[in-house]
Amino acid sequence: MKDLIEIRWHGRGGQGAKTASLLLADAAFNTGKYIQGFPEYGPERMGAPITAYNRIGNKPITVHSNIYEPDFVVVVDDTLLEAVNVTAGLKEDGAIIINTTKDDEYLKSKLNNYKGSIYKIDARSISEEALGKYFPNTPMLASIVAISQIMSKEDFLKDMVASFKHKFAKKPEVIEGNMKALEMAWDQIIKVV
Amino acid sequence: MSIRERLSGNEAAAIAMKQINPDVVAAFPITPSTEIPQYFSTFVSNGTVDTEFVAVESEHSAMSACIGAESAGGRAMTATSANGLSLMWEMIYIASSLRLPIVMSLVNRAVSGPLNIHCDHSDAMGVRDSGWIQLFSETNQEAYDNLIMAHQIAEHKDVLLPLMVCQDGFITSHSIENIELIEDDKVKEFVGKYKPEHYLLNDKEPIAVGPLDLQAYLFEHKKQQADAMRNAKKVILEVAEKFEKMTGRKYGFFEEYKLEDADIAIVCMNSTAGTAKATCDKLREQGIKAGVLKVRVFRPFPAEEIAKALSKLKAIAVLDKADSLNGAGGALFEDVTSAMFISKVQIPTINYVYGIGGRDTTVQDLEKVYNDLTQIVKTGDIQNPYRYLGVRGEN
Repeated sequence: MKDLIEIRWHGRGGQGAKTASLLLADAAFNTGKYIQGFPEYGPERMGAPITAYNRIGNKPITVHSNIYEPDFVVVVDDTLLEAVNVTAGLKEDGAIIINTTKDDEYLKSKLNNYKGSIYKIDARSISEEALGKYFPNTPMLASIVAISQIMSKEDFLKDMVASFKHKFAKKPEVIEGNMKALEMAWDQIIKVV
Repeated sequence: MSIRERLSGNEAAAIAMKQINPDVVAAFPITPSTEIPQYFSTFVSNGTVDTEFVAVESEHSAMSACIGAESAGGRAMTATSANGLSLMWEMIYIASSLRLPIVMSLVNRAVSGPLNIHCDHSDAMGVRDSGWIQLFSETNQEAYDNLIMAHQIAEHKDVLLPLMVCQDGFITSHSIENIELIEDDKVKEFVGKYKPEHYLLNDKEPIAVGPLDLQAYLFEHKKQQADAMRNAKKVILEVAEKFEKMTGRKYGFFEEYKLEDADIAIVCMNSTAGTAKATCDKLREQGIKAGVLKVRVFRPFPAEEIAKALSKLKAIAVLDKADSLNGAGGALFEDVTSAMFISKVQIPTINYVYGIGGRDTTVQDLEKVYNDLTQIVKTGDIQNPYRYLGVRGEN
């Protein structure tokens, strides 16, 4: 991992992009990193486009501003490709990961010929199979950890069990499904070429 | 050993309050400080603290309840933002003039209108002359540390003034970051027990609090408040020294970042100071001698000390995250330049009003400020000292 990586999340209100950014900060924190996890607060409504951010570093982070030139972008909802310029400022040696089942040509056309790596993942199928419901943020969390190589799969999964036990203390029945969603997602990332 | 954690600024403030375990917390929710009383009320419900939590119907009542509790001889705390502080306005002055060391967590937000929930310092600047001590915090860590130090400063017999700890709404209040917490027992020992000399519930000394105070006495009482504010300077440093012994974290009136050999510097408060430090590092790599002076203690204003710290620079930019709308400079700019004038420090100094209503301030923005300073050093020409940063139609 580089000394500092910056991540921007695009989602829609209610899909858990903010929660995912905070869980990512948690996981990185637990491996000894310096972290920031923060959403860009606007007039949030269910379904409205929202943005969240992460900085993850090996050294203390002092910058307190939004991220305009991210190393990675996570798109939790592919309908945003029609509404938001998701590759704005995205570094060319970086990567974008999109929750989608759309074909490669469509994705490339919507990403302004982005030169960096493009990945896709079917977070809906994974979530529905593992959790029986559509919560795209859990698979997307696994996908960004895998792509950014912030930590190994083993460390990540071990850490997330602990995080979920804490987060879902009042509904432990969902922990297994969420762990399954993470594992499935890690192995189902497809590179768009 | 301290506890390595990751918390938002609001969580950090709530945990500080939990460890302080005051007698009374009275608060009314307002964005972006809402989470502080929200988290704190769960500590009350779970029995983690034995505080009396007063869920009041307005901020005016929140401050009134704190005044009542503190007058009675208890330790009272509250949290608010922007319009919540505006609604407290009447009681803010009463708290300080009754010399009640109430501690507030102020999560800075733009005062309406039009309605805006995001960060600027217009709320804090509105009460800068109210007789409250004002500490500013760059990070969640500083918001936490300042709260842990607050009661020792405010309750000191030479001070007895209320104190507010400011942090930037959303920017630090809602951002999860690393933090080092202090163990509960150490905080308890550090904060100590509150032993007021005069209080309403002392049946051996019946007193009246807040009676009529006309021409014969009010002036002397105001002078005493002013003296207390001057005394606070010494106490703030003493408490910081004790705190450093406990944690290793050093606090003064302000932080000097790479100022020692700097030619140009930014003076600012709260989270922007962190962005300014990152900008500084970047410029230093290019051989530009940039520095930052981050004001922590805004009230009392450490005038002589700031003037001295800035005295070797070639040009200075003072950044105000609130516009005084006075046709001249922002509050911090006026205080800094007045301090420089009195100390006969004659250095070109310019003001930027920035970040109003949550307008984001980036490394690129601050690079522009340093570039402007470099130009001023080169040409000796200030042109307009009253500038804006990041507003459309200006730069």
